[in-house]
Amino acid sequence: MPSKTLYDKIWDAHVVSTEPDGTCLIYIDRHLVHEVTSAQAFEGLRLNDRPVRRPELTLAVVDHNIPTTDRSQGIDDPESKLQMDTLAANTKEFGVEYYDELDQRQGIVHIIGPEQGFTLPGTTVVCGDSHTATHGAFGALAHGIGTSEVEHVLASQTLLQNKSKNMLVKVNGKLPAGITAKDLTLAIIAHTGTAGGTGHVIEYSGEAIRDLSMEGRMTLCNMAIEGGARAGLVAPDEKTYAYLKGRPKAPKGADWDAAVAYWKTLHSDEGAHFDKVIEIDATSIAPIVTWGTSPEDAIAITDSVPEPMSFSDEHKQSSAARALEYMGLTAGTPMTEIPIDKVFIGSCTNGRIEDLREVARVVEGRKIAPNVDAMVVPGSGLVKSQAEEEGIAAILKEAGFDWREPGCSMCLGMNPDRLEPGERCASTSNRNFEGRQGHGGRTHLMSPAMAAAAAVTGRLTDVRTLDTAGAPA
Amino acid sequence: MKALKELSGVAAPMPMINVDTDMIIPKQYLKTIGRSGLGKGLFHSMRYNDDGTDNPDFVLNKEAYKDAKILIAGDNFGCGSSREHAAWAIEDFGIRCVIAPSFSDIFYNNAFKNGMLLIRLPQEQIDELTEQAEFGSNAVFSVDLESQTVTAPDGKEHTFEIDDFRKHCLLNGLDEIALTLEKAQSIDQYETNTNNAHSWLNPAAG
Repeated sequence: MPSKTLYDKIWDAHVVSTEPDGTCLIYIDRHLVHEVTSAQAFEGLRLNDRPVRRPELTLAVVDHNIPTTDRSQGIDDPESKLQMDTLAANTKEFGVEYYDELDQRQGIVHIIGPEQGFTLPGTTVVCGDSHTATHGAFGALAHGIGTSEVEHVLASQTLLQNKSKNMLVKVNGKLPAGITAKDLTLAIIAHTGTAGGTGHVIEYSGEAIRDLSMEGRMTLCNMAIEGGARAGLVAPDEKTYAYLKGRPKAPKGADWDAAVAYWKTLHSDEGAHFDKVIEIDATSIAPIVTWGTSPEDAIAITDSVPEPMSFSDEHKQSSAARALEYMGLTAGTPMTEIPIDKVFIGSCTNGRIEDLREVARVVEGRKIAPNVDAMVVPGSGLVKSQAEEEGIAAILKEAGFDWREPGCSMCLGMNPDRLEPGERCASTSNRNFEGRQGHGGRTHLMSPAMAAAAAVTGRLTDVRTLDTAGAPA
Repeated sequence: MKALKELSGVAAPMPMINVDTDMIIPKQYLKTIGRSGLGKGLFHSMRYNDDGTDNPDFVLNKEAYKDAKILIAGDNFGCGSSREHAAWAIEDFGIRCVIAPSFSDIFYNNAFKNGMLLIRLPQEQIDELTEQAEFGSNAVFSVDLESQTVTAPDGKEHTFEIDDFRKHCLLNGLDEIALTLEKAQSIDQYETNTNNAHSWLNPAAG
C-alpha cells in the first residue's frame, strides 16, 4: 500500500463518489452553524422543499453578532435580533440542536465544537466560517464554506470538493519560555505569506507541535486560513484523547475504545509525499506582533516598523505603503514605542481557558494603564464559568479589565464591540484587515500574554521584559 | 445557478494584492437574511467617503468603469472571511468575472456557486491586462468559457485552466444540490458502510 499523509487518509475515507475530472463528493461528519451565514441556506431548503438529511450531525449556536453585555433582557439591535430569531426558528423547523444566547453552552462556534466533544479526530468538519480550520487541531479535516455549501451540506450531508495538495510545516526544537502557539502561528504566516498555503492542506508536525496543549494546537490551526490554506491538521495523540474523553458528545464505552483504536492510525506514513515542505526553527521565535493590515505583516516585538521599499516586489511595496498610512505608523519606529487605546482578549483564536490563564498570570497584581480600555470576552459560557471558578475573572477585573459575556465580539465588530476610527488595539484575534474591528480601527495581532503586557504599559510591549519596563501598581 | 457561456465588457483594473472579503463587503452588510441588493455595499470603505458621498478616485466610481462587467484584480483576491456576501455583492453590482493571479479557496468556490467565473492567469499576463484595462471604456474584453479564453482589447488571446466539472455546471447553469441528490443511493451506501465500521461517528446524545 502506498504511503499516505494524514490528509490523504481522511480524504480517502470520505469519498462518496468521483467525477471523471477528479471532483469528489465528500461525506461531511460534523456541521456547525451560526446566525450570520445560515439564514439563506435554510431558506434555500424551504424554497426547494428539501429536509435536512441528518439533523443530528449539525449543531447550531449564536455567536457572531450578539452583544457581550447582559442578554437576559433581550437584544436591542433589531437586525441582530432578526438574525438570531431566524436561526432559532430555522433550527426548530428543521430539527437541529441549537444553543441560544442564554444557554451556558453557548459560545464561539469553534470553541463549543471541541468543548462538547462534537469535533473528533478523523472526521470532516465544516462551518460557514473561515476559522473552521481550528478543528484541525484534533486531526479533523475542517474547513470554512460559503452559504451555498452550507445548504448543500444540510440537504445532502456532502460537499463537492477537489482534493488539495499536501503541505508539511515542520516546527523543530522547543519554543522558548514565554513563546506561545499564537507567536508560532504568526511566525509561520510571516514566513509563508497569506497566500503561501493556497490550494493546500497543511499538516503541522515536529517537536514544538507535539509539545503544544490542545488549546495551543487550536490557536495554531485556527490561523491556517490566514496563511491561505484550506485546512490545518495536527495528528491526534494522547493529549487529544485526554481532552475529548468524557465530553458530552464524544463516544462512550465500546465506541470510545473503537474510536481511539482508529484514531491511532491517523498519522502520515513514513515516506508519505508532501507537495511543499517548510521547516521552522522553534528556538528562534520571539514574541510576534503585526504592524500592517494583513496577518503576514508580522514581525518580532524587538523589530521596528518596516520601510515599504524594503520589500522586493512592487505590489508588496505599494501594499505596505498603504498599510502604514492606514495604521498611522512611520517606518523605523520601534514596535515597543507604539501606544495603544484598547485591548481585546478573546475570539476563536484565543478565547479559551488557557488564554485567560495567561492573561491573568501577566496582569496579576498590576493595573491596566490609565489610557487603555481593555475587555475580555470568554469564548464560551463554560470557559467563562471555569475562569470565574479558578479566580481568573477576579484577577482580571481587579486589574481593570471589562469582563463580558461570550461571543465573537470585537474580532469582527458585528456587535456593538468595535473600534472607533483611528483607535489602536492590541488584539488576540486573527485578522488585522482594514476596518475589521471597526471602520478606521487599527489592529495589532498578538498573543494573550503580549496583549496583557500592552494593557499594563499602554503600548506594545515585549512581555518578557515587563518586570523592568512596566509600571506595576 | 445562472449559466455563463461568454461575456464581453469593460474591465475595471484593481491591482491591489490581498483584497480581503471584509474589504469587498464589510460587516454592516452581513446582518441581512437575504442575498440580494448587496451591490450597493461593494467595496464600501474604498468606494464611499465618510460622509457617504462617492470617492471619485475609486475605480468603480469613475465614469468609464461604472458598468464594468469584469474585474482585473491582484494576487490572493477574496482572502479572509468565508462570507458568500462577497460574491453576492460583486455579482449584484454587475460583475460576473474576476481575473487575478490567485484567489482564496473559499471565495473561489463561493463565486462559482453564484454563476460567476473566476479566472487565474500568471502575474505577467495580469499586468498586461491591467495596463489595457486602464484605457477605460474604449477597452473591451471578451471571455469565452467554452474555449477557455480571455481576449484582450489588443486582440491577444489568453488561455485559462478550469476543472471540467465546474465548467460543465457553469456552462449549463446546473443546480449542484439537485445533481448531488441524484446520487442519494451512493450516499445511503456510504452511510451504511460507515455506520457498520465506525459506529462511534454517531454523536452521543450530549
